[in-house]
Amino acid sequence: MSAAKSPAEVVKEPSMLKQKAMIADNYDKLTRAKELGLKVSSTYVPGNLNELLMCFGILNNLPEINAIQNGMRKLSGKLIADAEKMGLSEDVCTYVKADLGHMAKGAIAPNGKPMPVPDLLLLSYTGCFTFMKWFELLRDQYGCRTVMLHVPYEGDGKATKNMRDYVVKQLKDEVIPALEEISGVKFDIDRLRENLRRSAAAEENFVWVLESAKNRPSPIDAYFGGVFYIGPIFTAFRGTDEAVEYYRLLRQEIEQRIAAGKGPVTPDGEMAAEKYRFVVEGPPNWTSFRDFWRMFYEEGAVVVASTYTKVGGVYDYDGFRHDPERPLESLADYCLGCYTNRNLPMRVDMIQHYMEAYQADGFLVNSIKSCNSFSAGQLMMMREIEKRTGKPAAFIETDLVDPRYFSPANVKNRLESYFQMIDQKRRGGAHRAA
Amino acid sequence: MQQVSEIIDYCQTLYEDLSFAAAREWKAAEQGRKVVGYMPVYVPRELIHAGGMLPLGILGGGEDLEVIHGDAYYQSYICRIPRSTVELAVSKRLDFVDGMLFPSICDVIRNLSGMWKLMYPELYVRYFDVPQNYKDEIGGNYYVHELQELRQGLEGICGRTISDDDIRRSIAVYNENRRLVNAVYDFRAREPWKAPSWHVYLLMRAGMILPVEAHSQLLQDYLAAAAADDQPMRDNCRVILQGMFCEQPPLNLIKSIEFAGCYIVDDDCMLVGRWLLRAVPAAGDPIANLARAFLKYSTETAAKYEPDGSRKGRYLIEAVRQRGAEGVIFAAPSFCDPALLDRPMLANALTRENIPHISFKYAENSGQMQPIREQAGTFADSIKLWSEA
Repeated sequence: MSAAKSPAEVVKEPSMLKQKAMIADNYDKLTRAKELGLKVSSTYVPGNLNELLMCFGILNNLPEINAIQNGMRKLSGKLIADAEKMGLSEDVCTYVKADLGHMAKGAIAPNGKPMPVPDLLLLSYTGCFTFMKWFELLRDQYGCRTVMLHVPYEGDGKATKNMRDYVVKQLKDEVIPALEEISGVKFDIDRLRENLRRSAAAEENFVWVLESAKNRPSPIDAYFGGVFYIGPIFTAFRGTDEAVEYYRLLRQEIEQRIAAGKGPVTPDGEMAAEKYRFVVEGPPNWTSFRDFWRMFYEEGAVVVASTYTKVGGVYDYDGFRHDPERPLESLADYCLGCYTNRNLPMRVDMIQHYMEAYQADGFLVNSIKSCNSFSAGQLMMMREIEKRTGKPAAFIETDLVDPRYFSPANVKNRLESYFQMIDQKRRGGAHRAA
Repeated sequence: MQQVSEIIDYCQTLYEDLSFAAAREWKAAEQGRKVVGYMPVYVPRELIHAGGMLPLGILGGGEDLEVIHGDAYYQSYICRIPRSTVELAVSKRLDFVDGMLFPSICDVIRNLSGMWKLMYPELYVRYFDVPQNYKDEIGGNYYVHELQELRQGLEGICGRTISDDDIRRSIAVYNENRRLVNAVYDFRAREPWKAPSWHVYLLMRAGMILPVEAHSQLLQDYLAAAAADDQPMRDNCRVILQGMFCEQPPLNLIKSIEFAGCYIVDDDCMLVGRWLLRAVPAAGDPIANLARAFLKYSTETAAKYEPDGSRKGRYLIEAVRQRGAEGVIFAAPSFCDPALLDRPMLANALTRENIPHISFKYAENSGQMQPIREQAGTFADSIKLWSEA
């Protein structure tokens, strides 16, 4: 077992440094928005309309990302406790509580400056019912204007014309007029087309990056590493030149890794020999993110595909790209197709595809205590995947940003047992083959 | 005239029967009859009825169902209603149901619709989405199409066209049922000592399983019998129960609150019967009328978006005023996202109006009622003994 490196020794590739600079710059703009005369919208990752906001020069603030930032910086536990004292139940989503606790403490951004009160809450309600309540709670606190984009759920496993028309109509009649009014900028559809063109270019390379995990060894970890790779495309950068450049750079790095036969880069450097390949369902735990990841890479376990990296848009499975030729319809299709907006049979089909296409040894569910959108139904999904692929599945429980629900000993114990089970299964297979 | 006790005994028999014998008998009475199940919080039952089918409310397994298989489908931190509903299914208690509707209420029920599709691929299963935009030309158009899709799906079950006239007739039948349901609620608010809430609860539960015409008759009989029933008025505290719109409370919980000195003068259990706040026009385009009723005069609850922030919680304050309530008890099922996320906003709205409130959680199989009785009793005492009024 290798000893953990201190934070100062964490290995960073050029793409990581670029992303770090992009995020820092965005927080700088957000916290100086008033001084810069910029308007700010708060919105969500799934159903994020960044290209549209860019048409109006509006900055994009994502409360989920703030909660993740606070989780990774070990601040969320106290924020959640504060929110519970304010009347939020211990049973509900910890992103919501971390965000409300954060507001109550002055909403200090990672750069140490206070976040501005948003000019608009853009409630694009995609794949998660809690979002709707979350923004009602934020509206209750901020008292600022809210505009809703209701995205219907793909209950029958497909986006229908009626659903698409409904979303487009809301964009035209509700969202765009509100953005025009707040920004004082007239909507220019050609500007949107340009932004979408850049999105599509970034998405091509992003998908290439995800699919690079089909190699053996996989040059990436598509879950723990994947959460960094989704950063720009899921947040405030989709549609920007910076995102195009980031994914070009990332692809170059990965091409080099494949050529050199290397595995993923971890916080402790190059991963040793790849022993296990997994598909993972569910978001990661953020409060002990690095410890969690270490439990995998120290054992030679790499995640070759994950569903969490599809929560802010599915680009690989059915080839969706933002399309400048049908801009609003394309935004609607993007919103409708986000992972948790797809019904359970579709999710199972996707996972089965990943299991087969990425030659995974097993399927692992990280069940998140406070995320019913992901978690409800996961036990049945496990059984379906086992039945369809014959590969063993396992289950661990953690939470998003509530440190009380990450029990390292339990998680490690379960993972080690799972790895042993896969070894036994392999030995059994080898004996039968002999 | 029937006695109150006879009516309530009958309702209790229906409530306790987890084999749904009444619905099975209805189906078996005539060849070709079909039953369509639905979960909370709202489906347009008129469309099911218009196809000659029986809408069957599935509200979980309640306090008496031993969940053996259902727990293997859900993590410990997910509410109980989906696991007991799965238990009902895998134990074949729902094997006579020809279709299932899962309304838009939360992520758990939403995902249960997909689980049902995986478990019963041959069955008609629909996630019934409703608009969160209430403008005619936006949410209205979307909803009209959704209703038409539902109508086509139901036609597939009943094996015939559901005509506009069929739907108009069913709208009229359900208008009458809503009128009577509201009459029972109004009667209870006026004279709660004559209509104990556990009676009202069982009456409404009967509406989940009986044909609507039979339920309407039952409500009429009850109103007549209860009005004639001479019961002593007590100096109880008048409260509204809030948060019970999906997973249902155990009957003992309702009784315990009443025994603790509260008259429950309104609640949000089984909203499907009171979802539409006015009679739906029976003439004209019936689908458009149902859509418009949903958009313009349907009840407010946590499953719906409130576009106007300043109106958040107003409906509850107005209910307190209209019903002459002295306080609100927030009673939400454990792990119920909509109820528990809504609660702080509603509580703040009540606090701003100086309306007392308390909160606690339950599960459909909660057995220990002493803490709830004590909490409700203390709340009632605090209002009766120390309130400014």
